[in-house]
This record gives sequence, C-alpha cells and structure tokens, in this order.
Amino acid sequence: MISQYRTAPGPEVAVALSRDGPHGPVIHAINQTARDRGITAEARVVDMRAIHPDLHVEEADIAGDKALLRRLEHWSRRWCPWSVLDTDDGLILDVTGSAHLFGGEAALLHDICNRFAMQGLTARLAMAPTRGGAQALARFGPQGSICTHTDLAAKLGPLPAHALRLDKATAQLLNRLGLKTIGALCDVPRTALMRRFATLPEDQNPLILLDRALGQAADPLNAPPDPLQFMARSSLPEPVIDPVPHLKSLAEDLCTQLAKAEQGARQVQLTIYRIDGEWRSVQVATARASRDPLHLLRLFDGKLDGVDPGFGFDLLTFEATRVEPVSLIQDRLDGKRDPDADIASLLDRLTARLGKDKVTWSTWSQSHKPEHVEARVPALQGAPEAPLVLPRARPIRILTPAEEVTVIYAVPEGPPSQFRWRRVLYKTTRYAGPERIAPEWWKDRPGSRLRDYYKIEVQDGRRFWLYREGHLHDRRGDTPRWFVHGFFA
Amino acid sequence: MENDSSYGQVLHLPRRTPSGPRIKADQAGCPALTDIFPLHPFDPSATGFLLSLLPETTRPALWIQDRASRQENGQIYGPSLPAFGMDRPVLQVHVSHPRDVLWAMEEGAACAGLSAVIGEIHGAPAVLDFTATKRLAMRADASGVPVFLIRSGDPGGLSAARERWRVGALPSQPDPLDVQAPGKPHWDADLFRARTRRPGRWRAQYDPDAKRAADRLRLVSRTDDRALEAGDQPIPHRPRA
Repeated sequence: MISQYRTAPGPEVAVALSRDGPHGPVIHAINQTARDRGITAEARVVDMRAIHPDLHVEEADIAGDKALLRRLEHWSRRWCPWSVLDTDDGLILDVTGSAHLFGGEAALLHDICNRFAMQGLTARLAMAPTRGGAQALARFGPQGSICTHTDLAAKLGPLPAHALRLDKATAQLLNRLGLKTIGALCDVPRTALMRRFATLPEDQNPLILLDRALGQAADPLNAPPDPLQFMARSSLPEPVIDPVPHLKSLAEDLCTQLAKAEQGARQVQLTIYRIDGEWRSVQVATARASRDPLHLLRLFDGKLDGVDPGFGFDLLTFEATRVEPVSLIQDRLDGKRDPDADIASLLDRLTARLGKDKVTWSTWSQSHKPEHVEARVPALQGAPEAPLVLPRARPIRILTPAEEVTVIYAVPEGPPSQFRWRRVLYKTTRYAGPERIAPEWWKDRPGSRLRDYYKIEVQDGRRFWLYREGHLHDRRGDTPRWFVHGFFA
Repeated sequence: MENDSSYGQVLHLPRRTPSGPRIKADQAGCPALTDIFPLHPFDPSATGFLLSLLPETTRPALWIQDRASRQENGQIYGPSLPAFGMDRPVLQVHVSHPRDVLWAMEEGAACAGLSAVIGEIHGAPAVLDFTATKRLAMRADASGVPVFLIRSGDPGGLSAARERWRVGALPSQPDPLDVQAPGKPHWDADLFRARTRRPGRWRAQYDPDAKRAADRLRLVSRTDDRALEAGDQPIPHRPRA
C-alpha cells in the first residue's frame, strides 16, 4: 500500500511493491499497467528493473495490509453476520439468507463492489455455494460471477487446477500429468487419484480440496467474534459547560456494562461533543484492569480543567478503549484490602496526574558505566524488579550529569588534595581508590577516556565519589579533568 | 530506642517488626511522620540514616523528589540501596514543584500497601507549612505507613512531624584494611523534637554485618557525662496493656 502521505503515481506508471526475499527483494504485488507489461509477482526486483528501467518500486507494508484487512473483516459484517479472513488478501462472507435484504444476489455484489470502491479499494467478487468455489472463482473467474449448486461444477471446470489452493509442487505435478483444469481433474476416475494422493495432507491432496469446492465435504466458516465495545453516552437536552456532574452516572453505566461482560478497563476515554461541531477527549490509563466507577472518576481529577468546552456541549461519551478480562476475585478471606490493588490504584492516580514518565520503577542493565546501570521504566508498563546487589560499594546518590571540580592542589598519583566544587573549597583527609572503569569499546565513541574513581572524605566527614577522566599521556585529549559523580552516605 | 544513654555506651536500636497494613504507626514503633534535616548541603547522611530506620518488609516504597533536590543533592542511586538494607523495589516519582511532592506523599501515605513514603523537598517553599505537614501526619496516622520528609536547605519552621531529626556526616571510622581509606560511615543524629520520647543527640552507625537484623543501627550518646536524674525512666515503646 503506497503511503497515504504522498501523491500516488498515476495509473499509467507501472508500480510494483517489493518485500524481502531470501536472495534480495522480490515483487510482492503489481498494478494493472505492470501486469500488462509482463511483470509478474514473485520475480526478483533487480531482474524486473533490468527489463523495465522505469518500473516504480515501493516497499510493501505487509503488517499494515493485514491490519487493514482485519478491520475490513469486521466492517464487512454490514452485509452478513459471518465473515472471515481468507489467506492474506481475501475476505469470505457467508451471505446465506441475507442477500434478499439488499435486493438479491447480483444487487448485493454490486453494493459490495461500490462500497469498497468508495474506500478506494478494488474488490474482485464472486458468489458460490462453497467457500473453496467462491475463492477460486473470485481469483480466477470472471468478475462478479454468481453460481448455484447446479452450475458450480460447470463454472469451476475451466479454472486452472491450482485455483483449488494446491501447493506448488502438487500443482506442477498435475500440470505435468496434463490435468491443467479443475474440469480435467473431475473427469479423472476418483480411484486413480486416490491411489496417488489419498494419504497426503490437505494442501497436497486434490481430492479433499475438490470435494470441498464442490460441496461434497464440509468446510465450515470460523468467524471471529465482534470486538467488545463498552461505551456510555449521555445526550443532554441543553448545552452545558461543566462535564463533572454527568460523569458519575456515565462511569456507573460503563462499569455496569463491564461487569456484565466480566471485563475491566485499562484505558478510558472521555469525549465531549461541542455544539460548534468540535470534539475534545481526555484519556487515562490504569495499571490493572478496573471497573470501579469511583476509581475511574478520580483519575479524571484535574484533567478536565484543560478541556475547552467552547460554547457548551450536548453529548458526552465515556468509553473503555482497552479492556482486559477480570472476573470477580476474592483475594483474602479476612475481608481486608489487597495491598497490591492499593498500589495499582496509587500508580494510576500518580500517573494520571503527574504523567507517565514521572512515575517509574528501576530496571537494571549490564553496563560498566555507573550512570547506565540503572534505567527507569514507566510504572504502568513495567513491573518492579528485585534490587540489584553490586559487589563494590557505590554512592547512595549520584549527580546526573557529573559536575566538574576545580583542582587546587593535585598529587601526581591519587586524588586532588584540595578541590573546589560549587564555589566551596574542600580538603581531602582520607581517600580510597582508584577504581578504574574502562570505556565500553563496543558501545562508546572512539576516543572515550577511562575513569579513575576515588572515594574521598573531606574534613567534616562528607564523602564524595570523584573521578578523573583519562590519564595524562593517554593521547586522548588534554590534561585530564576531575568530576564529582556522587556522594556516599 | 532508649531516650538517652550514659556516655559511651552502645545502644542497640530494635529494628521494627514488619508492620502490617492494619497496625497503626505508633503501635508498630515507627512514627507517623518524621522530618529529617540534613546538617550540611548535599550530604546524603540523612538518606543513609533514614534507610536504616525503615522496617523490614518486601513491600515497595515510594520515593518522591522535586527538581531542586534532584539538582542539589543528586538522585537516589538504586544499586546502592541494598547496602542499607533496602531490599525492596522503590517506586520513584520525579516532579518539578514541591506542591506535587506533597500531593504525591499524601496519596502514598493513604496507601496501606506501601512500606514507606519518602519525600524530598529542597529549600523552604511556602507550600510546606504547618498545615501541609499536619495533613501528612494525619494521613500517615490513619494508614500506618511511615512517612519521611527530607528537608534540605531548610531552617525548619513549624511542623506537625512526630519526630524531627538533624543528621550530618561525621568523620568515618578507620578502615581495618587500609589506613588512609574512609571506613564505615558515622552520622551525627540529633533528635531535637519528638512526641513519644525524649530528644537527644547520638553518634549513629549502620552495621550491615550485625548478626540480628534488629542490631543494625547503633546509636552512641554524644551528650556529656551526666548522671541520670532520679526517677528518670526510659519512656516505654508501646503503652502497657
């Protein structure tokens, strides 16, 4: 799918989408102009470019296509109750008993074609009494063909044998045997095919596929359920400015819906629809699924001040945009509160008010550099990790970034005996070190200098963690500088 | 903790038993709200002292810093906390304004699932007044979660804290293996206001190698060699039944 943010090339340009193959990019899909010029899918992009230098190649967004198709799967339930994805590029709708609602089968196909065209998509359609027959007709038969039980075999007959979705090797084998069409396959005595194919799995077995396409074997449709949607809405007779008085009933309504479905909200969105046609929404997230109306409401404290109501609004919706299954749990027999639930709701409140990056757990990583050992993960996404125990003493507080100190009186081997930091002069009384921390050559830029760390105690007992960056003749810069990186308790 | 020892005698501060969520703070031995004033700028002795005071549990702790104290005193360095017996995850909250620190501390103090709430506020902002500390103390009283407030660069105004400490660094003990190296830390701990016990001044030390977890914080009196008054009984920890 060509990116929607750029102007797409016109229909006169041969366009191909590429994807990664085992030996370089291969062509994933092509447009009609490219097909007319003899470009085929699955060919290598370099070969096709050599033949057609003006071929326009874009990268295929396979995951995006799949996501779109999955949305279309649910959207297409406007015509029928059951729909399911058919491999990577098709949809199967079971329109049994619903065609008359759209004025018959031909009118239904016409409506589907139009609706897809309105979305900018070209649909190849076919209607058949079986799933295998419909997919073969849609891909290899005439556009919009409709067949019934009586003429199913006749309509499938001229289609190539691989339209049954046989794998490549079997299709090639049948081709060599001269069984090029489905009709030819039907004419062969069944016992002859059974001798060869009876024990093979279904994608190599033309007997099974033929039976399914002709309706002699069952091929049921396993349609996924509709996505759950939880939304409470309240339409007001008069436009109002303040949403707060309506929130309580909305939250209770939403939580009743969630409780009925045994779900809990992980993300809730409040949307107001203003009378000038604009809308504003506020979103909050929770650390664990909740359907407690008071808790959900508390998360909106202070968040509604920033919402501009304009001249007022007359419609509010309160929607759970992400849900997780939660059943009724009794954690404890003594009726006390669950401490984990308390912490989860505390996380929600802190995050909702302060922001997601401000409330964090620690996470540890393997690194030589002391400032990289600890990283922070947002509390709503991460989980608390067990504390890290280091073999060497580390300062209880560190400065990020380390602050440079002015050395007043240096000793050749060892820490400065007098230094100035934040305009105060300190005299070293005792020190321990150095502890040398080498740069990480696999990560750092070339020319990074090593660090020699000293634990230094000054006269009044305060303990610094100082380091010298590099040493004098390491050919990586001038005279080494000194930094204070942390403080020991 | 005894109120004041005779000179030179080492006192063992009993380490708290795990405080369940329903045990009130005063019953568990941890005061509801404790103010700690660092004696010197950017001196983390107060932090070390506070960590040695914490009860032993595995429940997470909440640590809130405002921007000024992050810049002045540095950030808490997670890997060093187990050295002071902090063997639990720490939920860190970084905010920019002291108002948000107080709000987050109040939220945390009301949450009985936490093992401790520690807030840091630098300077003496106007929002940190008696009312704010009173609110914190009442919340902590109700939930039983010990709450600590590190107030650096603060002369110390009115406060509803149950205990108020001044903690500073002292020259450390000699290292047994290296003459010129600083050894175990020593702190000057001055309890200048307390509700349930007598104020005093001690030389404190954290001993991670103590055999029992209860003996880890050692307090040695720094007052003069003065006789105890007649009838001067140490105030008991918990009210007798």
